[in-house]
Amino acid sequence: MTSLLVFLAILAAVALVVAFLIRIPSVATTLARMRRLDRRWIFLAVWVLVMVPLLFPLKLPVAPTARAMQYYEQIDRLKAGDIVLLSADFDPAAGPELVPMLKTSIMQLCRKKVRIVGDCLWPGGPPLLEQAFSEVARDTFHYRYGEDYVNLGFKEGREAVMLAMGNSIPGTFPSDFRGTPVSKLPLMGKVTNLRSVKLLVNVSAGYPGTKEWVQQTQSRFNLKIISGCTAVSAPEYYAYLQSGQLLGLLGGMAGAAEYEKMAGVTGAATKGMDAQSSVHLLVMLCILLGNLAHWAARRLGER
Amino acid sequence: MHPANPLTFEGLGVWIASLLTLFIFSFLYKDNPFYKLAEHLFVGISAGYYVMQEWWAVIYPQCVKPVAHGEHLLMIIPGVLGLFLFSRFIPKAGWLSRWSLAIIIGAYAGIKTTGFAQGDLVAQFQASILPLYVPGHLGASINNVLFLAGLLSTLVFFFFSTEHKGAIKGTAQLGVWFLMVSFGAAYGFTVMARVSLLIGRFQYLLDPWLGVTRF
Repeated sequence: MTSLLVFLAILAAVALVVAFLIRIPSVATTLARMRRLDRRWIFLAVWVLVMVPLLFPLKLPVAPTARAMQYYEQIDRLKAGDIVLLSADFDPAAGPELVPMLKTSIMQLCRKKVRIVGDCLWPGGPPLLEQAFSEVARDTFHYRYGEDYVNLGFKEGREAVMLAMGNSIPGTFPSDFRGTPVSKLPLMGKVTNLRSVKLLVNVSAGYPGTKEWVQQTQSRFNLKIISGCTAVSAPEYYAYLQSGQLLGLLGGMAGAAEYEKMAGVTGAATKGMDAQSSVHLLVMLCILLGNLAHWAARRLGER
Repeated sequence: MHPANPLTFEGLGVWIASLLTLFIFSFLYKDNPFYKLAEHLFVGISAGYYVMQEWWAVIYPQCVKPVAHGEHLLMIIPGVLGLFLFSRFIPKAGWLSRWSLAIIIGAYAGIKTTGFAQGDLVAQFQASILPLYVPGHLGASINNVLFLAGLLSTLVFFFFSTEHKGAIKGTAQLGVWFLMVSFGAAYGFTVMARVSLLIGRFQYLLDPWLGVTRF
């Protein structure tokens, strides 16, 4: 509360100073001229602010939020041998945000010795899921394919696939990502439908994704769901978190970095957060200066 | 780490990906042939990739293969309906595609409606019933009051069956303020998402391509 009041006081003081300065014609003219700034200067500034922290890390602190803690705790509560469904509903376009949380989720699941059934509702997802499984589950934790984890691959049908999985997962995915019939995979012998899984870990870039899983399966099949999603999607999913339909939420690279912090790893999200924070400061400055330029132009009678 | 070696199969892939990234970035300066090349490659390869994914992950294992083995013969019906969608290329037979579209629209309208009713309407309505005073938790009480004020005033803003004047106008105005705050939050998240994508590409250029890791 104190920090909020201090922030508001600083904001009010800055506003007063700006209101005074903008009355000086030369200041107003300079500010108004900024409206004609070539946008490529802003691109260059973003380029520098991303590149420099990646080359010379500032190691700014990352503090896990309650949402990320809930996500972590839901996986932490699982017991060895439990089966979870890991739905990687994204494609390479959302990779920088979602691959870090996908890998960390698989890592935490493997640490808990939980068995993983992976699937994708986006056509571009299976290779990303396969790569994450190979790097983390197979190479690091020596998980055996077919016994400890499977990658069912992609299935078209969106919500229809979710509903079909509620009736029968092997019926919906008769073969896995590699074309092997699921009847030959021992793990799939223990999976009948969505009621067989303890938790749905959904890594989602949009439609179909977390929203549709919640709408179609959460209450219908009494499914526990946690979601790692792109930052763009996160505001929409907060309502599901508040209502208890989602039990944990990671939003974008910041959410992934918080999760990595809790899991004790320094992944791509943590490495990217310095650059993220630097560019956010630039965006805030641009918004402030843009508004001041507009304000100054109005004072000078420009359109 | 070392820079990617273009003489190896994997290294060559990293070089191609990195150069294509730079070609796309070059558009930020101005449109140019390198950008066009990368753009066209992306569109073509994506289309081909998605067609093959649909074929090998859906059409072949779930329709063609079982029907060819004399199993699940009912799959012929969705298979034929799927083919009907292409009848739009033949003007005289274009009407056939309407049957397929009618089934798609009808089924999805039903699925979406029940999902929305279960997942959004009922559950969200339940979640909006909150105590305005939580003993011993001042912050929670303030949150719940703010939540209710935001919910009701925003609903009033979207209520167009009466003219917005007097108390309704004031409440609707409050709703606008809550909406503005939510738009601001959404904008902030969008900035984070877009910057994340840029960071991801830069990490790719710095790590696998140039072999520069500093963390």
